[in-house]
Amino acid sequence: MLKYWPVLLVVAALLPLASSSQFLVNLAMLTAFSALLGQGWNIACGFGGLTSFGHAVFFGIGAYAVAIMQTRFGINPWFGLPAAAVLGAAAGAVLGAAAFRAGLRGSYFALVTLAFAEVFRILANSLEITKGGLGILIPLHPALANFQFDDRREAYALVLAVLAVAMGVAAWLRRSRFGARLVAVRENEDAAAALGIPLVRTKTQALALSGAVTATAGVLYAQMFLYVDPSIAFGADRSVEMLLVAMIGGAGTVWGPVLGAIVLHLIQDTARLLIDTPGFAPMLYGAILLVIIAFMPNGIAGLRLPALRRNRVRDA
Amino acid sequence: MISLSILEAGLVNGLLTGGVYALIALGLTLIYGVLHIVNFAHGSLLMVAMFGGWMLVEWAHLDPYAALPLMIVVMFAIGWGLYAGVIGRISGGDDRRILLATLGVAIVLDNLALVLFTGDTRTIETPYQFAVIEAGPLLLSVPKLISFGVAIVLALLLWAFMARTDMGRAIRAVAREPDGARLVGIRPGRIFALAYGIGIACLGAAACLLLPTFYVSPQVGNVFVLTAFTIVVLGGMGSFPGAVVGGLLIGVTESLGGLFLGESLGPIGISLVFILVLLFRPTGLFRAAR
Amino acid sequence: MLEVRSLAKRFGGLRAVKDVSLDVPAGSITALIGPNGAGKTTTFAMIAGFTVPDSGAVRFAGTEITRWRPDRIAALGMVRTFQITQPFAGLTVAENIRVGAFLRHHDVTEATARARAVGTRLGLGPMLDRPAAALTVAGRKRLEVARALATEPRLLLLDEVMAGLNPSEVNEIVALIRQVRDGGVTILLIEHIMQAVAALAETAHVLAEGALIASGTPRQSAADPAVVEAYLGHGAAARMARHE
Repeated sequence: MLKYWPVLLVVAALLPLASSSQFLVNLAMLTAFSALLGQGWNIACGFGGLTSFGHAVFFGIGAYAVAIMQTRFGINPWFGLPAAAVLGAAAGAVLGAAAFRAGLRGSYFALVTLAFAEVFRILANSLEITKGGLGILIPLHPALANFQFDDRREAYALVLAVLAVAMGVAAWLRRSRFGARLVAVRENEDAAAALGIPLVRTKTQALALSGAVTATAGVLYAQMFLYVDPSIAFGADRSVEMLLVAMIGGAGTVWGPVLGAIVLHLIQDTARLLIDTPGFAPMLYGAILLVIIAFMPNGIAGLRLPALRRNRVRDA
Repeated sequence: MISLSILEAGLVNGLLTGGVYALIALGLTLIYGVLHIVNFAHGSLLMVAMFGGWMLVEWAHLDPYAALPLMIVVMFAIGWGLYAGVIGRISGGDDRRILLATLGVAIVLDNLALVLFTGDTRTIETPYQFAVIEAGPLLLSVPKLISFGVAIVLALLLWAFMARTDMGRAIRAVAREPDGARLVGIRPGRIFALAYGIGIACLGAAACLLLPTFYVSPQVGNVFVLTAFTIVVLGGMGSFPGAVVGGLLIGVTESLGGLFLGESLGPIGISLVFILVLLFRPTGLFRAAR
Repeated sequence: MLEVRSLAKRFGGLRAVKDVSLDVPAGSITALIGPNGAGKTTTFAMIAGFTVPDSGAVRFAGTEITRWRPDRIAALGMVRTFQITQPFAGLTVAENIRVGAFLRHHDVTEATARARAVGTRLGLGPMLDRPAAALTVAGRKRLEVARALATEPRLLLLDEVMAGLNPSEVNEIVALIRQVRDGGVTILLIEHIMQAVAALAETAHVLAEGALIASGTPRQSAADPAVVEAYLGHGAAARMARHE
């Protein structure tokens, strides 16, 4: 039975769609959304080892792009979605090309991403086009055509669909030539280069891919909550959330971010029952992160669950 | 137009603030130079020190400057304990892991402070908090002058400690050649904890110097963490003179940024300096003197 | 196949490599030998694009490749191994080799088959699905060679693949290198141990203190007084005489 746990998980994810409980749907939606964020981080940082402390930059670009496009230029958010993904990819490509060409790795790369997110947060806070610290309110016009949802279940279904695509990307990384070469870069850059892998290009492509997925999550956020401001979009908390979800669940695995998101939301809700003080749940996340780093470098997914075992290269 | 006198005031103000920045950055650069740890928890530990100082002022009715020596000792102990208990156990292996570990420590500390003290912003009251001295056309804030002077004196003391004492020499030996140091009977593990402790002790002093003119909140560390990294990267990771010069430069950059770009856009200067230095001159202005 | 002209590299005040020129004819096994610290690995790193030379030129198969990035050089057909083995520790042996195979084979199934074939040929068959971290030193050296071979190179640069192996393992790897050459791959190898090279290489270039001091067959090189001096230390003969 344990062997089929991903199937069970999928069934469990679909159940709220048939439920009328707002609470349940909301919980499922927020969990799926966290998993999507974690997966966005995981694509570059888990598979490629490009630890980023500022992934909110891509999230914020997506959220602001779709908000500005519809409030300023009247562009339908359904068109905004691919446009934001392209912008996210472009941001990843620019950031990656600059940082990797300069030879930034490890901690230095993490810090430079943090600074990038900070630059964007300050810009969003100061510029007229982002309405500064006020943030952008997207007018309420609930209709599927407007990418706004009356029924939370519709929104949830959409988040699930995008999450499925993101997991598809992760699964492709697991199987493809690009993914195998990206993992090689993560494991040992010198050896990878010696075997003919272009380091800067491979890492930049991974960051662009990750940027696209993360920007898409930003679009979903803007359309679900109809409000964006600088710290929601580019704040350090968002970057940390993505990192925590992926690291706790298992960086560099397909299902890790899903498991991480479930654990995080379970903790959040039980912690709230025990001690309802702001900061208590995040404090636990930090402690869990330390435990994971010290004892379980592969996260929850590193536990010996059958479907998570490393794909072996089998006889063709 | 910004008049010359405002510009002068901005410059001097930036320099004075830069003294404390230099002290914060000295701790960070010492930890990097000896342990090769990028200590992301630095801002959060500064926050802890500020709350420590705040408690001594509010509850024990100490003057913040009287609390300073005490906080140096307390923060040294916290730093030592943190290294011996958490960071030292996780370190080893690649630097991403250590960076993530210090991030974990930062998350725990920030949120612990949130649980204990709520998110409120707190300040202390001192008789001299608004005192000023006239120097020609300039009005200089007394607590900022004191903080600048004390910071520079402490920086010199730290330098003398590293250069002149056996313990300082042992730390530098471990920084250069951990294996060689082991051969002459120095235990690197203890030296690492010592260096981390000293690096964090700098924060105890910096916190007390900041208290009269700054606020305290669980998020206050975030204000300083990127600034501190910018200084250290600008000065050259691991370089003592780099941290001091970088601190003063960044103090001025911040002050002038605020003057020319306004309050909301001003802070962008520091992040931009950080990115540009990393992309174009990652060794910083001073090569690490090792 | 490979022409190296006047390569030089300085690290701070130290002239690690002063002026190295050598040719590697197609189909040969050529050796670069010398005492520790002679600059062998730095020379290799410059040839393979890992270290940028201060001056000098490298031509490979008629193409000027000086200052090329390592991955471009590898794509052109010259691949190096590392003296300190650099496995992708989190991957299996077969996955390690497959990273090399992906250079010429874009299809996953094809690359996988290719990787397993190369691994089996190099005697890693039973270990293919084990983590690379589980290999012994000899196994890791084989993995280095297997990964490089999987890229289907024309010239293979082997950096001390025999160091740290016991005599029977050395014999095995010598046979393996011959077999690789007979399969049409030119080989340039760095070695510290003279004996292993004597059995293997047609030409041996001797490097000492960053400069070539002798070239010829391994036997000729070993007999050269300058080489003896370089290996045993300056004035070694005189010192030995005093002790006796």
